[in-house]
Amino acid sequence: MSHGTEAPPGADFEPTTWTGSARKKWMSTLPPEKMLPETQPSYVASWIYVFGMLTIVAMIIAIVSGVIITLGGVQWFHESSIGKFSNSLHYWSVQLFFLFMVVHLWGKYWMAAWRGKRALTWATGVLAFLTAVGVGFTGYVITTNFNAQWIAFEAKDVMNAIGVGSVFNVTNLGQMVTFHVAPLPVALVLIVAAHVLLVRKHGVVPPIDAIDHDAAAPAATETAEVAS
Amino acid sequence: MELLGISLDHPASYWDIWSWVAVSYPNLIMIVVMLALFVLALVLPFPGGKDES
Repeated sequence: MSHGTEAPPGADFEPTTWTGSARKKWMSTLPPEKMLPETQPSYVASWIYVFGMLTIVAMIIAIVSGVIITLGGVQWFHESSIGKFSNSLHYWSVQLFFLFMVVHLWGKYWMAAWRGKRALTWATGVLAFLTAVGVGFTGYVITTNFNAQWIAFEAKDVMNAIGVGSVFNVTNLGQMVTFHVAPLPVALVLIVAAHVLLVRKHGVVPPIDAIDHDAAAPAATETAEVAS
Repeated sequence: MELLGISLDHPASYWDIWSWVAVSYPNLIMIVVMLALFVLALVLPFPGGKDES
C-alpha cells in the first residue's frame, strides 16, 4: 500500500519472488473487474456480439461429446443409440462451431476489430480459425468411409507438395486420430483462451461509429448487463 | 432427417454455376444460413438493449 497510487489494487506491492512478480503482472494487466466484468458497454447489446460466445459454447459441446465417443469406442458410437446420439452431437456441434465462427469473423472484419491495439486479439482469432480447420480436417479423415478416403488421398498430395507429407501423413489413420484427439484440440483451446483473455484485457471492440465516450472506456457509464 | 423424408445416404447434388465452379447444395445451404444470420444479427433488436439517442 505504500508504493504510490498508480498501481491498481492488488498490484501495489514490490514483489520479491517470481510468483509475486507474476501476480503483480497479472493484477496490473487483468484486474478482476476486467477479467470478470459485471457490465459491458451499451453497444455490446447487439446480436452480432453474441457469436463469439456461441462459437465457444459449440466448441465446448464438441469437446465434451468428442471425449465421450473417444472413451466409448468406435463400436459403441456406431451401434448403440446413446453412442449414435453422441456421435451426431459431435458432428453437428462442429458444424455449428464453424457456422458461428464465420459469422463472428464477418462481424469483426467489418467493424475492423483490430483497432485500438487489438492486433494480437485479431491474430489469435486467425490462428484459432486455422487450428480449427486442422482439427476439423483430421476429424473428417478418421471417419474411415469413402468420403474420408477421398479427402485423405486428395490432401496427401497437398501435404507432399508443401514438404510435410513425411511427418504429417494424412493416410496414416493412427497418426490422424492422435492429432485429432490430443495436440490440435489442446492447441485450439489454449489459443481460444488467449483470445478471450486479450478480449478481456483490451475490452470488446466498439462499433466504428460508436459515440466517443462509450468507445473510450470498456467500463463506460452507459452499460448493459449482457454477456460479450 | 428420415422424418422429413430427406435421405442423406448418397453423395450431395451440385449446383454448377459455371463449368468451372460448382457448389454442393449442403454447402450452399450453410453459406446462405450464415449470410442470413449475419444480416439478422445486424438488424434485429437485442432484448434489453438501449436505443441510441
